[in-house]
Amino acid sequence: MRLDFKIILDMVKPGSLVLDLGCGDGDLMLLLKEQKQCKVFGIELDEKLIYQCVEKGLSVNHGDIDTELIDFSDKRFDYVILNESLQQVYYPKQVILESFRIGKKVIVGIPNFCSLEARLQIMFKGRVPVTKELPFEWHDTPNLRFLSIKDFRDFCDENDIKILKEKGISKDKIINRFKNLFSLNCIFLLEK
Amino acid sequence: MEERSVGIVETQYLTCCEPPQELLLSCGEKLGPITIAYETYGKLSSNKNNAILIVHALTGDAHAAGYHQGSDRAGWWDAMIGPGKAFDTNKYFVICSNVLGSCKGTTGSASIDPKTGKPYGLSFPVVTIRDMVKVQKFLVDHFGIKKLLAVAGGSMGGMQTLEWSLLYPDMVESAIVIATNYRHSAQQIAFHEVGRNAIMADPDWQNGDYYGKTIPARGLAVARMIGHITYMSDHSMEEKFGRKVIDTERRGYDFSAHFEVANYLKYRGDSFVQRFDANSWLYMSKACDHFDLAQDQKLTDVFANVKSKFLVISFTSDWLYPPAQTKQIAKALKANGVDVTDIGINSKYGHDAFLVEVDNQSKVISHFVERIAKEAGN
Repeated sequence: MRLDFKIILDMVKPGSLVLDLGCGDGDLMLLLKEQKQCKVFGIELDEKLIYQCVEKGLSVNHGDIDTELIDFSDKRFDYVILNESLQQVYYPKQVILESFRIGKKVIVGIPNFCSLEARLQIMFKGRVPVTKELPFEWHDTPNLRFLSIKDFRDFCDENDIKILKEKGISKDKIINRFKNLFSLNCIFLLEK
Repeated sequence: MEERSVGIVETQYLTCCEPPQELLLSCGEKLGPITIAYETYGKLSSNKNNAILIVHALTGDAHAAGYHQGSDRAGWWDAMIGPGKAFDTNKYFVICSNVLGSCKGTTGSASIDPKTGKPYGLSFPVVTIRDMVKVQKFLVDHFGIKKLLAVAGGSMGGMQTLEWSLLYPDMVESAIVIATNYRHSAQQIAFHEVGRNAIMADPDWQNGDYYGKTIPARGLAVARMIGHITYMSDHSMEEKFGRKVIDTERRGYDFSAHFEVANYLKYRGDSFVQRFDANSWLYMSKACDHFDLAQDQKLTDVFANVKSKFLVISFTSDWLYPPAQTKQIAKALKANGVDVTDIGINSKYGHDAFLVEVDNQSKVISHFVERIAKEAGN
């Protein structure tokens, strides 16, 4: 199992009601459903991925995270998950705040744009980093927001969001020291 | 006949609402007896939990799949219903009936009024989508089915599906709502109004009293032509016809059907009058126009008591029932905490996509129904 999925699964209490924003092909949802007995819903923009979710027996809404959340009633979900999708939305702050309106807890997984490898590429190559974890060129990246773990911590601080858990990961390892330097991704469990 | 066909089928008939148990219609009038024309495909399981009701669009009929003896014309949703297809007849018992007020076997304006011994004509009461659904309920009850695994339909069929989920929430495990609106919009009404005007302006219409005489073929053909334009898309028309012309001596310097698109519309209009009754067109179109689930309420309140799970499908190039309108249905359901999956399928075929966009629609419907059956414990 992907390490980020395992971390998220560990953060979610069994039997919860979960909304996965940018749920992709539904793999994480399926794990939450089967291993954590959660009731899961997803939102995904890519039509092709909707078919894969439905094939897995999942409920998904075909639409944009920026506009789909408004319909849900307050605190409807136990968890709202934004794994590797926050950096691709137009209005990330609004999406996070909306996620807190409809969910009790929010789980955010971000790619760390200031990992050591990325820093070295900027420093020595003088080019915007292209790494295995961030494989896109500047002109074809789906990412709209570029942030580091520290940036996200600052954001939480400014918006009175409490970080309950924070797990930095690099490939299949959990990073405990110098997270912002050595982690390629980071997963936060948040409360407001 | 293709391999995955349900094969030769026959339309069957059921009579209900015999006086004095006539059906009370939305308009306040009573109607009975009512004959229902229907077809079934597949086998009803012993505990009767594998039934799917298919509901048809404006000019559809009970013949949704397979072939009638001696005919090479498949049912209107044959691509979707059959062994191994989206509505898999190896697993499910599929029912389709002709709606109330239509002219394809179920009681409508062309039927004989038992009180007069003559066709109803315009004395037939104006029926609503809700009335159609109430009649379908008799058929479902007739089979002893307590709960339908799914009700599914596109366009006017989508309206009936929504109505089913509201009127009989305990009988609908899931609703598959395709290319429709929760209420007819001004534009949708307007197109219908033009069609009705075409029929009523035909001198042969005779206030609906034309049975046994010359039928208002011109008017009905024009109504159908307008319909066809709204069912297609700019893209699909351009691709199919472009500016192609039919070689005529006058090379279009007269008013014959010189462009291929004109010829096609003429052909579709003329062939339609052979198989559909003009008055029924008036009744069907009016039923759609009356359709408004929300009325003075908020749409979210309308769905407060639904118990079904939903699959809501729209098509990107459908400009008669634009995806945003269909999406409104999914959004209102979501707001009520209903389990709803919605998808906007990329298609260039306009409103017709629900009939022709088979592959992607099949994928999503077959897996959805499979899940519903599994969750229902089948």
